[in-house]
Amino acid sequence: MESEKTKEESKPFEDPEKKPDARQRSVEPQPAYRGEPAASAMVAERLSAYYGAFKALADINISIQQNKITALIGPSGCGKSTFVRCLNRMHEVTPGGRIEGKLLLYGEDVCGRDVDPVQVRRKVGMVFQKPNPFPTMSIYDNVIAGLKLGGRRKSSELSEVVERTLRQAALWDEVKDKLKESGMALSGGQQQRLCIARTLAVEPEVVLMDEPASALDPVSTQKIEDAMEELKERYTVVIVTHNMQQAARISDYTGFFYIENMGDPGRLWEFDETSKIFSSPNRKETEDYVTGRFG
Amino acid sequence: MSQLATTSARYRRRKLLDKAMTVMAYLCTLAAIVPLVLVLVYVAIKGLGAWSPQFFTGLPQLFGNGGGIYNAIIGTVIIVGLASLMGIPFGIMAGIYLAEYGNNHLGSLIRFTTDVMTGIPSIVVGIFAYGLLVVSMGGFNAFAGAFSLAILMVPIITRTTEEMIRLVPGSIREAALALGAPRWKTIVYVVVPTALGGIMTGILLSIARVAGETAPLILTILGSNFLNTRIFQGPVAALPLQIYDFSRSPYAGVIEAAWGASLVLVLMVLILSLAARLILARRGST
Amino acid sequence: MLSSLTTRFALLKQLRRGNLGDVIFQLLALLFGLSILALVFGIVFETWAQSAPSRREFGWSFLWSTAFDPPNDSFGALPFIYGTIASSILAILIAGPIGIGIAAYLVEIAPRRLNQIVGFVVELLAAVPSIVFGLWGIIVLAPWLKNYIVPPLQAVLGWTPLFSGTFFGPSVFAAGIVLSIMILPTVAAISRDVLRAVPDAQREGMLALGATRWEMFSRAVLPYGKSGITGAVILGLGRAAGETMAVTLIIGNSPKIFTSLFDQGATMASIIANNFAESRGLFLSSLIEIGLMLFAVTFLINVGARLLVSLISRQPQGGIRA
Repeated sequence: MESEKTKEESKPFEDPEKKPDARQRSVEPQPAYRGEPAASAMVAERLSAYYGAFKALADINISIQQNKITALIGPSGCGKSTFVRCLNRMHEVTPGGRIEGKLLLYGEDVCGRDVDPVQVRRKVGMVFQKPNPFPTMSIYDNVIAGLKLGGRRKSSELSEVVERTLRQAALWDEVKDKLKESGMALSGGQQQRLCIARTLAVEPEVVLMDEPASALDPVSTQKIEDAMEELKERYTVVIVTHNMQQAARISDYTGFFYIENMGDPGRLWEFDETSKIFSSPNRKETEDYVTGRFG
Repeated sequence: MSQLATTSARYRRRKLLDKAMTVMAYLCTLAAIVPLVLVLVYVAIKGLGAWSPQFFTGLPQLFGNGGGIYNAIIGTVIIVGLASLMGIPFGIMAGIYLAEYGNNHLGSLIRFTTDVMTGIPSIVVGIFAYGLLVVSMGGFNAFAGAFSLAILMVPIITRTTEEMIRLVPGSIREAALALGAPRWKTIVYVVVPTALGGIMTGILLSIARVAGETAPLILTILGSNFLNTRIFQGPVAALPLQIYDFSRSPYAGVIEAAWGASLVLVLMVLILSLAARLILARRGST
Repeated sequence: MLSSLTTRFALLKQLRRGNLGDVIFQLLALLFGLSILALVFGIVFETWAQSAPSRREFGWSFLWSTAFDPPNDSFGALPFIYGTIASSILAILIAGPIGIGIAAYLVEIAPRRLNQIVGFVVELLAAVPSIVFGLWGIIVLAPWLKNYIVPPLQAVLGWTPLFSGTFFGPSVFAAGIVLSIMILPTVAAISRDVLRAVPDAQREGMLALGATRWEMFSRAVLPYGKSGITGAVILGLGRAAGETMAVTLIIGNSPKIFTSLFDQGATMASIIANNFAESRGLFLSSLIEIGLMLFAVTFLINVGARLLVSLISRQPQGGIRA
């Protein structure tokens, strides 16, 4: 039993049809990797997501490791973005958006009826595909926009947060002399890093990034990747990316999402350490994808 | 340690404010619905009380029960009909211009002017019609009234026509052009008929809007207690004007007649608006 | 310049191809388009010409004169300008917040189906003729205000000049309330369009920081749509300023500078409607000059407001459900 469990946990992806006992799996959060210092920050148990009647994601089981970068890859439209949007309950914001299953943040149910999504989002921050700074706010105000929701703070404290988070987002040197200017005056890459700083200022446990570099040039992408390396010291990072090199470069774990037939919901096809996924994946589709044979 | 259930005083305040503002939004919506229902219910009850066969066949009186609104109904039909004859072709052609040929500075200027025109007070349009058609024709007349109403119809029809024509898929247009049809034939025989449902909506809404207009009519047709079916000569009655005249009477019976006439007018306007809405809905579902 | 040149070039090319029908049709359409501009010029020209006697007689002093004495042919516009401003501001103070609230409800809260119904109700509100609102206002609303609203209001605020004096029924107060009901659809509909034009990325950005729906609306959506909302409110103001029949019936048409909202007054539009039929000569001309001023004011208001609204429109529509 013990060994089986270890084996099961070491491969958080389970296909319920092959392994019926997966259904009875305990909902208690478990450290996914025995013997490693890392623990699960977030655990999804048979998580499904819907848009109205359409099932976009089916039975996702995953355990996201604390202070690690988890990359989610896969062809377009296979539910990667939907999945990260489930993690901080942004999915429900879309008309018809609905989540089933269990989602735990440090053992606490995130999707419970009595859990306020507002509270979840303070703990699980998100950076979007397109930079979306608030155009009416200055750079400074953009960074502390989320912080201000939590109540008044001393301006010295705020300045400190602004500098720290902008440094973490590798943007400080570029904007330190123009903090009072509009965030819209920045380049696309700078705007995205501003959005990262804004997310960090709230001090979440987990930072979700939905293809944060897809709309950016290579230099900006490089800067964001550099910033992420430092981020995992303090945060757990989940990043959706189209770019497999990026996933291979920066992530510790990689999840591959895949849709077998047109119209099926997306599934987490394989989840493992990044080195394993990119060198010797267990499933053929994963191998085809990471070697660039489709997608 | 429960992270998600931490309920600081600050958090409770934020949630409370959120709830309060949500309730406020509901109340605002209620604030729009309540007066509408009150007005409609009141008009319906008081108006039905004033209705009788004589009310629809008689001429107005200055005392007693106010008499009837026969001449006002005829007057409104004549004036709104005339206004439609002028305003609809005008509005549609201008809309075609904006949609088909208006992607330039002149088009933008005309489009903007059309939008601004919807905000010009109707009484000012009445003054224009008065100066142009009443003074020069030697007296109040139905044509001047119809002209002022047509001006009020034009911007509504123009903008709806433009928007509806722009919604016609390029493939339909291309199909006709590919058959060798010249552009104007494509527009007249293919594009406009395709957009006709939407254009009808605009037309009905504009008729509903001007049928209830009173201000420009005071300045152009004046109002009359007699039946006048001549178009270019003499004061004419119209429903909204008749309501205005009734409502300023000191006699309770005449005020009753104002409610009766209001019900006729409101029904007219509501039926037109509903019809416009239905046409739009049917278009949407197909 | 360039575009007109290319249009001309295209025309020439079509002519050379011999497609006369196209050219004629385009010219015809252009003619009607230009006629819209001509109409606006016509309005300016006509009111300008007809008001000439009044402008000659009174000059600029017409603007600040409070005289209103038909037997002696002495007229001034100040009481009506004042009355228009006061009643419009009262109306927008009521309709502005409520209209934005309706728009917020429609865009941020209401389920799709309800959205359509409420939208239709607001449309109907816009369709009810002005004269019917006037009749309802003077016969039903004014007495109701007198019995139920004015006494408590006066008990609390009676010491201020704004709410002093006796309330008879026809009053600036009642007119302002009816006006606010009438301009509500304008403010609500345009605010709704503006809020829909705020990109969802802005909403999501704020929500992802852990904002409540109200915080999202007040800190991300409203600032983004600020110019458009301002435009919507100003458009409502313009509509209130030009609204004629309801006000004519309710405001009392008393040409004086009032201090109390319970007093009677007159607006530019109402004084024209009330006196036009009986006026001759200089009286008529001065009424038309008031009409010219009303046109100028509402025209400027509308141009400004439309520019503000167009700053935000023509973007993909938003409206997620938080």
